[in-house]
Amino acid sequence: MGKRSVADLNPGESGIIKGFSDNVISLKLMEMGCLPGSTIKMNFAAPLGDPISYYVAGYNLTLRTSEASAILIE
Amino acid sequence: MERIRNVALLGNPNSGKSSLFNQLTGLNQKVGNFPGVTVEKKTGICSLNNGEKLKIVDLPGSYSLYPRSLDEYVVFNTLLDKNNPEHPDLAIVIIDASNIKRNLLLFTQVTDLGIPTILVLNMLDVATNRGQRVSPTQIGKSFSTSTISLNARTGQGVELLKKAISKNIISRPTPIFNSSDFENGIEEEIKKNFSIEKDFIARILLIQYENFPGISDEERKLIKDLIRKKKFNPELSQSKEILKRYEIIDKVIHEAVVYNLQKNRNLTEKLDKIFTHRIFGYVIFLGILFLMFQAVFAWAQAPMEFIDYSFSEISVFLKSILSAGVLTNLITEGVIPGIGGVIIFIPQIAILFAFISVLEETGYMSRVVFLTDKIMRRFGLNGKSIVPLISGVACAIPAILATRTIGNWKERLITIFVTPLMSCSARLPVYTILIALVVPEDYLLGFLNIQALALMGLYILGFVMSIISASIVNLVVKAKEKGYFIMELPLYKLPRWKNVGITIYEKSSTFALEAGKIILAISIILWVAASYGPGDKVENAESYVSASLKDGNIDEKDFEAKVDAFKLENSFAGIFGKALEPAIKPLGYDWKIGIALVTSFAAREVFVGTMATIYSIGSEEESTIKSRMAAEINPDTGQAMYTPAVAFSLLVFYAFAMQCMSTLAVVKKETNSWKWPILQLFYMTGLAYLCSLIVYNIFS
Repeated sequence: MGKRSVADLNPGESGIIKGFSDNVISLKLMEMGCLPGSTIKMNFAAPLGDPISYYVAGYNLTLRTSEASAILIE
Repeated sequence: MERIRNVALLGNPNSGKSSLFNQLTGLNQKVGNFPGVTVEKKTGICSLNNGEKLKIVDLPGSYSLYPRSLDEYVVFNTLLDKNNPEHPDLAIVIIDASNIKRNLLLFTQVTDLGIPTILVLNMLDVATNRGQRVSPTQIGKSFSTSTISLNARTGQGVELLKKAISKNIISRPTPIFNSSDFENGIEEEIKKNFSIEKDFIARILLIQYENFPGISDEERKLIKDLIRKKKFNPELSQSKEILKRYEIIDKVIHEAVVYNLQKNRNLTEKLDKIFTHRIFGYVIFLGILFLMFQAVFAWAQAPMEFIDYSFSEISVFLKSILSAGVLTNLITEGVIPGIGGVIIFIPQIAILFAFISVLEETGYMSRVVFLTDKIMRRFGLNGKSIVPLISGVACAIPAILATRTIGNWKERLITIFVTPLMSCSARLPVYTILIALVVPEDYLLGFLNIQALALMGLYILGFVMSIISASIVNLVVKAKEKGYFIMELPLYKLPRWKNVGITIYEKSSTFALEAGKIILAISIILWVAASYGPGDKVENAESYVSASLKDGNIDEKDFEAKVDAFKLENSFAGIFGKALEPAIKPLGYDWKIGIALVTSFAAREVFVGTMATIYSIGSEEESTIKSRMAAEINPDTGQAMYTPAVAFSLLVFYAFAMQCMSTLAVVKKETNSWKWPILQLFYMTGLAYLCSLIVYNIFS
C-alpha cells in the first residue's frame, strides 16, 4: 500500500497528520492549522465526491481532493 | 491640527470583522479600491467619546501575513509600507474565540511587526456553547497585549474598545516569536544592511523580497546573494516558523481555555446533513434560486413601474414649465430619461443583494460553493462563480463586482468574462416584445404556455453559452498562480440585519454611481445623435414631410409621428443605422433595426422605445408597437418584415451581443486593462453575429 493521505479517509474516520507531499501548498495548509501531529477528521464529501469537509484545529475546513491528497497521514 | 490616527482592522475571514467595522463606523463608510489593485477598500470614520476622530481601515480578511492572494497582498502592503497612506498607527486584530487557535496565528504575526495592537476576542458566546471556556485576561497577560472581549453582533463591548483606543496607552508590543535558534545570523545581516529594527520585518523582507514594498533591484540582488551564500531555504524556514508560532499559541491556549468536550453536538452539524445532502442539498438550492428569481422579477415590478411612471411625469412636468428650446429638450428627453434608466434597476439589485447578503451572513453561501465547485471546475470556473452568475440575471455590473471573492485570478477572470452572457433584466423587454410578435399564444400539451417556454429557453441559452464560453477561455488563458480552494465552512448563524442593510445600501449606491455615470453620458450622446443630423433635413423636418404628403388631410398626431420618424431617419443615428445595413443584412435586419442596435448600446431596453420612434407611433404601449411591427412590410419581398426568422435572429443577437457600455467600463476597472473588455466586446458581438446568421438561415 502506498502513502495514505487525508483524501483516503472515510466519513467519520480520523487520521494523524504526518507530513505533506507538496511543499508550496503545505505552508498554506499549516497556516490553516493542519499541523504534523494533529488529528484531522473527515466530516463528509460534497454530493459529487469533491470537495471534502474536514474537522481540524477546532473548525471545519473544506479541501478539494487534489489538496487533501497532499496531506499524508500515519 | 493633529493628524487623524489610522486604525487597521485585521482578522481571519468569518471572524466578525465586518460586523465590528459596521459597529465602529455606522454609515460613515467609504468604499473604493486599494490603489493599483481591484480589492475593495472600506474606510470609515469613528468618533470617540473624547471627540477624537479615527480613520478605520477594514483590511481584507486573511489567515496570514505571508501573502498568497490579491487580498493578502493588500494587507501585506498596508502593514509593511510605512509610506502607505493607510499605514496604521494602531492595529485591531479581531479573533473568533470559538476557533481560537487558527485565529491567533495572524495576531502573533501582526504583534511581531511592532505596530501597537489591541486583541479583540469576539464570539465568546459561541465558544461557551461549544464547551470552551476562554479567559480573556489570561490571554492578554500571556501575550502582554491589551485585550478586549466584545460581541460584534450586538455591539456589547464596543464602548470598551473605543475607550481603550482613546487612552492611547497601547505600548509597542514585545515580540512573540524568535527565529534565532534556527537561522544562522542571516536575519541579523538583513537588519544591519537595511537598518531594520524589528526581527520579524527583516524576516519577511528575506522571504518576500520580491514583493516587499520600496525595495530597489540592487537591494533585491543583495538579498538574493545573501540567501545563496547562507544556503537559506525559505520554505523550510517558513514551515519551522509556523510550527513554532503554533507551539507558543498552544501553550497560551492550554492556560487560557478550558475545554469541556461533553457539551452538546452543535446545530451546524445537523444542518449540514440536510443542506449538503446529495438530493435535498440541490433541491433546497434550486428552491432558493427559484424564490430569488421570483422576488427579483415579481416583487420588483411595482417599484419599477412606479419609477418609470414618476420619471415620465417629471419629464412632462418640466417640459410644461420650462420654455421650449434645445436645453429643455436635452433635459426632458436626454437627462431625465437617462437618470430614470439607471434608477429603474435599483429595486431588482436591492432585492437580489438582500438575498445574497442573507445567504452569506448565515453561512449558507459557503455550502452552495461547496455543492457546486466540482461542476463549475469542469468549465474553468470555481464554486464561488455561482454568485456572480446568479446576480447576472439582474444586472452584470454588481455581478462582476461580486467576483472579488474569487481568490484565483484565472477563475475570477473567466467568471468576469462570461457573466454578461447571462440574460440580464435589460434584455427582458426586448425578449417580451419579439416573442409576443412571432411565437403563438398556444399551449403545448394543453398547459405549457409556448411563449413562456420560449422566454425560459432564452435564459437557459444564456446560461449554457456562458458555460461553453468559460470552457473556451479556460483553454486559452494560462494560469498565473496555482488555484487553491482551501475554504472554511463557517458555523450557521442568524443574519445580522444591520449588515444586510448596509450591503444593500452599498451595492445599490455603487451601481447607481458606477453605471449611472456611463448610462447617463451615453443617453445624452444618443439623444444628440438622434436629434441632430447633417444638412437641414432634421431642422426643417416639418416642411419636408408636408411637401411629401400629396394631400393635406392628415390628423395632427399622425403628422407629428411622421415628422419624428423623418427626423430620426435623417439624424446622425439614422445615417449610422443605414451605414450599418450592409453588415446586418445577412442576419435579416434593415437599417431601422440597425438604429435600434446602435441605440441599445446605452441600455438594451431602449430597443422598445426606439422601435416606437422609428415606426412613428405616438405611444410606447407595447401592444401598439407590436401591431405596428407586425404590419411592417419588407420592401424586397413584399411580405411581413418580422418573419419568425428575423425575430429569432434578433432574439439570439440580443441574448449574446455585448451591448452595454457600463459593463465594459466595470470590466476595465476590475481587470485593470483594456484588453479584457475589448476581447469581450469582440467575442460576444462576434458570437451574436454568427449565431444570428445561423438562426436566420435555418428559419428562412
